[in-house]
Amino acid sequence: MKVDAIDRRIIEATQGGLPVTARPFHAVADRLDLAADEVMRRLRRMQEIGVIRRVGAVPNHYALGYRANGMSVWDVPDERVDELGEKVGALDFVSHCYCRPRILPDWPYNLFAMVHGTDRAGTEEKVRQIAALLGGADRGHAVLYSTRILKKTGLRIDKSQSQVISHKSQEQCSALRSSSGS
Amino acid sequence: MDALDRTLINRLQDGLPICERPFAGIAGELGLDEAAVVDRLRLLLDAGRLSRFGPLYNADAMGGAYTLVAMSVPEDDVDRVVPIINGHQEVAHNYQRSHAFNLWFVLAVESEERIDVVLRQIEARTGYRAYNLPKLNEYFVRARFKV
Repeated sequence: MKVDAIDRRIIEATQGGLPVTARPFHAVADRLDLAADEVMRRLRRMQEIGVIRRVGAVPNHYALGYRANGMSVWDVPDERVDELGEKVGALDFVSHCYCRPRILPDWPYNLFAMVHGTDRAGTEEKVRQIAALLGGADRGHAVLYSTRILKKTGLRIDKSQSQVISHKSQEQCSALRSSSGS
Repeated sequence: MDALDRTLINRLQDGLPICERPFAGIAGELGLDEAAVVDRLRLLLDAGRLSRFGPLYNADAMGGAYTLVAMSVPEDDVDRVVPIINGHQEVAHNYQRSHAFNLWFVLAVESEERIDVVLRQIEARTGYRAYNLPKLNEYFVRARFKV
């Protein structure tokens, strides 16, 4: 078990964000009736073991002008996918990079890289940079732009069940605010 | 948004230390006092330029199972199919995309076995195949949205 019951309380209290104050971890500790040192120690441990990626800000791509968010998908040789995935992920405009299975013959692509640009021309240019990086390993690719958000809910730990479920937040469904999937 | 806001957005994406005064370092770098950094962060969140501030949790590490699913549905049948998919509470995100595979959704379930159960239900009720594309490997990314 990577996280215990107290960790889960901290996760529940912070998964929606930290209080915006000079001493946010103390504010969380007060709310949970825990010592601030313990909250920080547990958060640091969760970061060390990868439960927390980092503590920081998530930009709203769309509000910052990144309106052409494309899911680029690539057919690369399986024996090179990890090596190439690491290289593509290291590009500063790729926000998610995964290996996924092909489902032949309908779906030949095994490498996914989410690319963000301010317009489609900019995104296409970035896709060309990936193609150049892959060289001959690029046996075919496509770029899928999101045209409509049909549902968008956060992944959350549910308080009553203490397990991860998808948690509906209707206000986010109403508008195409961000077109990046995950 | 001024130059300081932009610097702050760029800098806050890199992450802050977990310590008593996490903004102190950034305030020093930007030549602001801590209260000014906090105020600007609050304004950026209120204005929707930042969608959240806090720990970014890795869903994989918290238990449960996730997958990405693609479907190819004729345009004139999308409006019938989407409510069937979205009716499952395990469907977290669902996007329409510009491709023959035009529906893409993320399933978040308690256990691996549940993925097949939900996908078989969706296939039976929609009449279309659901292509299960789970993450096999994740590559480290360093994307920051420079503004």
